[in-house]
Amino acid sequence: MLRLTAGRVGSLVARRATVALTTSSARMASHGHEVSEAVDMSKPMYWDRREIPLPDKRYKDILTPADKSLKEKEKGPWGQLSNEEKLTLYRLSFCQTYPEMKQSSSEWKTVVAGVLYCLGLTGLVIIWQTAYVSPPAPRTFDAEWQAKQVKRMLDMRVSPIEGFAAKWDYEKGQWK
Amino acid sequence: MFRAVFRLSSTGARCLVRSKPSISAPLASRCYSHGQVETDEEFDARWVTYFSKPDIDAWELRKGMNTLIGYDLVPEAKIVDSALRACRRLNDMASAIRILEAVKDKAGPHKEIYPYLIQELQPTLSELGISTPEQLGMDKL
Repeated sequence: MLRLTAGRVGSLVARRATVALTTSSARMASHGHEVSEAVDMSKPMYWDRREIPLPDKRYKDILTPADKSLKEKEKGPWGQLSNEEKLTLYRLSFCQTYPEMKQSSSEWKTVVAGVLYCLGLTGLVIIWQTAYVSPPAPRTFDAEWQAKQVKRMLDMRVSPIEGFAAKWDYEKGQWK
Repeated sequence: MFRAVFRLSSTGARCLVRSKPSISAPLASRCYSHGQVETDEEFDARWVTYFSKPDIDAWELRKGMNTLIGYDLVPEAKIVDSALRACRRLNDMASAIRILEAVKDKAGPHKEIYPYLIQELQPTLSELGISTPEQLGMDKL
């Protein structure tokens, strides 16, 4: 239906839009590598977590022949393994060491920057709104009106004991 | 007013008495109102027995270690020793090093626990040929 309307309108923009919008299966199949593989969560998974030192499976599943021979050597006395071999064995089973897991990142800086940026944008929008969108303030906000209002409140003796009028010195005609 | 002061001071004194001095071996106990509380020794013995099983399999080792690390304590040297020997029976050097890293992580800010643990485990480490993460340079990034 979209293609029909594009044909009728005959504009390049509409045609490009319809191509973008239609999800032809041919297009999806040709871009198969873009779709990420779903992890099979029913099988044992590997993860680096401080509280789970030994995950359900080894990190590297596919072992090269060199790795396999190292695994055979592992069955013998471990004193015969060199430090590099021990490290290789560790990296076969695990992806990150504990210090690598516990590394802190600078992500918080990006987050704070993003938050401040959004707040800034919002501030700009509000400034523009007060200048162009909000109606003028009611006349009760004028300084003159406010002064008359205060005078009226004092004449009425509003909260004369502990509140508003109590702070006004009626003899001297000024605030206490 | 004085009665209130006395009441406050008495509760204060009771609070002081109740809090035990911190024990070096942390206790894994649950606050039952009835029932037996497991002592530290029983806890340690139970875990040493668990890892000492001669035909322990890899799953049991993983399950045991993950559970142990889940507790709010640093395992005693004898438990770690038993676990390392289990790794040896399973021919798993990587897990042995991982266990050492994990107990170091469990100690958290108490930096004196891990060197003590390594000192206690040194005979086992030399016997089995396990290198510590420090010896392999893994404690640096």
